[in-house]
Parts: sequence; structure tokens; C-alpha cells
Amino acid sequence: MDKLILYLQYPFVRYALIVGVLIALCSSLLGVTLVLKRFSFIGDGLSHVAFGAMAIAAVLQLTNEMVIILPVTVISAVLLLRTGKNARIQGDAAIAMVSVGALAFGYLLMNVFSTSPNLSGDVCSTLFGSTSILTLTQTEVWVCVVLSVAVVLIFLFFYNRIFAVTFDEDFSRAAGTRADAYNLMIAVVIAVIIVLAMNLVGSLLISALVIFPALSAMRVFNSFRSVTVCSAILSVVSAFFGIVLSILAGTPVGSTIVAVDVAVFLVCYAVGAAKGGFRK
Amino acid sequence: MAFITATDLSLGYDSQVIVSGLNFTVNRGDYLCIVGENGSGKTTLMKTLLHLKEPVGGQIVTGDGLKKNEIGYLPQQTLVQRDFPASVKEIVLSGCQGRCGMRPFYNREEKSLARENMERMGILALADRCYRDLSGGQQQRVLLARALCATRKILLLDEPVAGLDPVVTAQMYDLIKDLNRDGITIIMISHDIEAAMKYASHILHIGDRVFFGTIDEYRKSETGHFFIEGQKDGVESNG
Repeated sequence: MDKLILYLQYPFVRYALIVGVLIALCSSLLGVTLVLKRFSFIGDGLSHVAFGAMAIAAVLQLTNEMVIILPVTVISAVLLLRTGKNARIQGDAAIAMVSVGALAFGYLLMNVFSTSPNLSGDVCSTLFGSTSILTLTQTEVWVCVVLSVAVVLIFLFFYNRIFAVTFDEDFSRAAGTRADAYNLMIAVVIAVIIVLAMNLVGSLLISALVIFPALSAMRVFNSFRSVTVCSAILSVVSAFFGIVLSILAGTPVGSTIVAVDVAVFLVCYAVGAAKGGFRK
Repeated sequence: MAFITATDLSLGYDSQVIVSGLNFTVNRGDYLCIVGENGSGKTTLMKTLLHLKEPVGGQIVTGDGLKKNEIGYLPQQTLVQRDFPASVKEIVLSGCQGRCGMRPFYNREEKSLARENMERMGILALADRCYRDLSGGQQQRVLLARALCATRKILLLDEPVAGLDPVVTAQMYDLIKDLNRDGITIIMISHDIEAAMKYASHILHIGDRVFFGTIDEYRKSETGHFFIEGQKDGVESNG
């Protein structure tokens, strides 16, 4: 405990906690929708795209990598959500394709045009987000706070529409809701969250932040509202304890958070099974 | 002026035409059954009526005070819905989304409308239950209540009794009949020609031959005779 209080006096630890909790909150809100729309893998695909984009930014030696990463990821998100309905390439195949393709090209670019003396270290920290969350600057924290607040507000404001479009797109469209616009919005928001979350858990583990809290909450609760609220709470708590644990135990931040998420899921699974009398 | 008037309608995917030359009208209070073989374009027609798809040719005109988004829709269940964590209340309330316009939240009036329709469908006691835990018949009632939140005029039902057992099927048909008696116009896709002949006022048969007319006309027509007998033979040889 003393150790924790000592650590909390360092600003970088506080930053990590703030950013971690905010990202966990945002990703879990959209996670419920993505899981239910059968888009669990979209987080994974997009994070690999973001990795590829980061490699391009590194090769071009841009000082502000966000300029490239954010638009590329947003565009990919829009395209991926759109192919969900395309008969020629199935949604899951499209995601898998883009995902591994971007990963391969990203690594290739980093290798060919490498300027860094420690290439595998760089790649590893991008993929697993090993330490970057502990090296956040104040500006990055503010960017993250602003974007997170925007995501939460958008989610609250459009909550009913997001529910309606997720549950039944055709019905929504017939009732005059512009389902495509909402899908587009969901795609853009999820892309923003993924780019933010790269700092936290790295690009390989982002899916976990998106899907685990939602899946855990779905085991236990029965209405969309309670699932969403529970998923947000689980995600925030897991992220908080994950970061604290990783600081205390000196483990990598991203994988510790995900490990906590997995543990929470197992607990929820057991609770759900007990509650439902082993229904499924 | 009829609710819906279709003139020389052609339907299909991209530019491939599945069915063409459809002419029919739906008036206030009608009970129209759309019958035809699998793949004849029934669901495509439904989606076109809902403005989810553009017709390949011809046109659909709505009139008699029917607005585009005043059509209640009971779709076939999708894979997504089968294990969706949502309470009955939430789903029924989502039927009100067309009334909201730009307003992000439901108001008291819409909440009481949802309640009314749950009562009407006899599912008020289930309001807080989870959709995925309900029986097939109960789920259909939930979706019907949602559709009723979207309209007071016309309901489009896409095979509302698919997968239901005979008792629940009969209840479902009675429920729909009651709605029709209360003045709601019904358009229903059905495989069940016997029920269609029993309940509907008009038949639209699509496929190789196209027929539109009242029940009596259909019974006398060659298409109808052929189709009704065909179905009966099918049932007998199956049974």
C-alpha cells in the first residue's frame, strides 16, 4: 500500500491511470454493440491497420504520428463495417484479410526502412504496448480526456438509436432511422477508441478491451441497459486494478489488464451459469 | 386513394429481375396475403414496400394519409436477435424511434404507448424479462408490439408464424385477425395457404404466374386453384 501511494506521487503513474480508465470506459461502451453485431474482430483488424499506419508514419519520419494513424484507421473502419453486408467478401473474411495484411506490411516497412537500432524492441512495444502508457505527456493525456468525453457524450446522446440499430437494422430503417449514418458513426468512434487504446495495451490486445467486458456483462445481465452499465463498470475496474497490479508487480501493463479482464470474465461466466441453472 | 398502389412493379437484385409486372392496391382495412413459392421474391417485395430497397422498375405510391415511416414491420428473426440481451420493454419501446425525429430520448407519451401495446399483446407481465429467454410465440408478440408502436395504420408481417407450434400459430393468427378488425391494415407473407384463405381478404400470388384479387376471385382463378390443390396434395402426401 505504501508502495502504491509512493508511486501515485509520480505524475506519469497518475496519467497512466487516468488514460487507462478512460480508454477502458469508452471501449466497453462500444464493445456491447460490436459483440452483438458480430463484429468482435473489428477491434483486432483495426488495431493492425493502426499498426501499419504507424509504420508508415515512422518511415516518413513524421513527428506527429496521429496525423496518419487516425484517418487511416477511421477509413478502414468505415470500409470494414460496410463490407459486412457485401455478398462478395464476407465481413469476417474482409476483417481477417485487412488485419493480417496491415500487420505484414507494417512489419515489412519497419524492417526495410528501419532507422531505429532496436527494431524488435520497437515492434514489440507497438504490438504489446509495453511501456508507452507510462511515458505519456500531458498533452497526450488531455487529447485522450477530450476524445473520451466526446465518445461518452455521443454514446449517451444516441443510446436509444444505437440500441435500435443494433437490435434490428431493417426495422430501424423502415421506421425512418438513418441506420447507415449510425453505423458510420459507430465505425468512426470505434476507430478513435482503437487509436487511443494502442498506447494502453498495444495493438495486439485491443480486442480484449472491447469484447471481454461486454461478454462478461452479457453472462450476468438481461437487459441492454444493465449490460452496458455493467460492462462499463467491469472494464473500468479491471483497467484500474490491472494498471495498479502491473506497477506493483512490475509486469507489462497491457497484458496485465487483459489478464484481469479474462479473470473477470471467468467469474461472470460462473455467476451466469449458477444464476441460469446451466441453461446453456 | 389507396394506402399503397403498386404499378407495373419489377423487383430484383442489382439489375437481375426476379418478378415483374406486379400491379396491386392495398386499401385501408384490407388483409392482404402474399403467397408464392420460395425464391419468388416475397421478401424482396416486402423490403421494397418498406423502402429498404429500390424497385428495379415501376413504382409504389403511398396515399390516403399514409406516410413513409408509418408502416409497422414484423421481420423474420435474425441470428443477432436470438441471443440479444435486451428486455421486452426496451425492444417494444424501440418501436417508437420513428416518432422521435431528432430527439434522442423517448418521452412519457411514447413510454405509455409502449405499455399500451404490451398490454394489447398480453406481454405486460414479461416487460422486464429478457427477450432471449422467451418462447417463440412470446418473441413474436414482442416484435408485434414493437411494430404497433411504429404504426396505427398498417402492419407488414414477414412469415409471422414460422417456427411456431400449431397452437401458438392459431393464437398468432387470431391476434392478427383482431388487429385487422380494429382497423389496422395487414400485409402478410405466408407459406400457409390454408390460413391465408381463411383469414385474408385479398391475395397477391407472385411467381411464374402473378395474381392479385380478393379471396373469392383467387379461389376461382386458375393460379389459385392450382396452388391451393398443390399445397393440399403436398400436405397429404407428406402426412
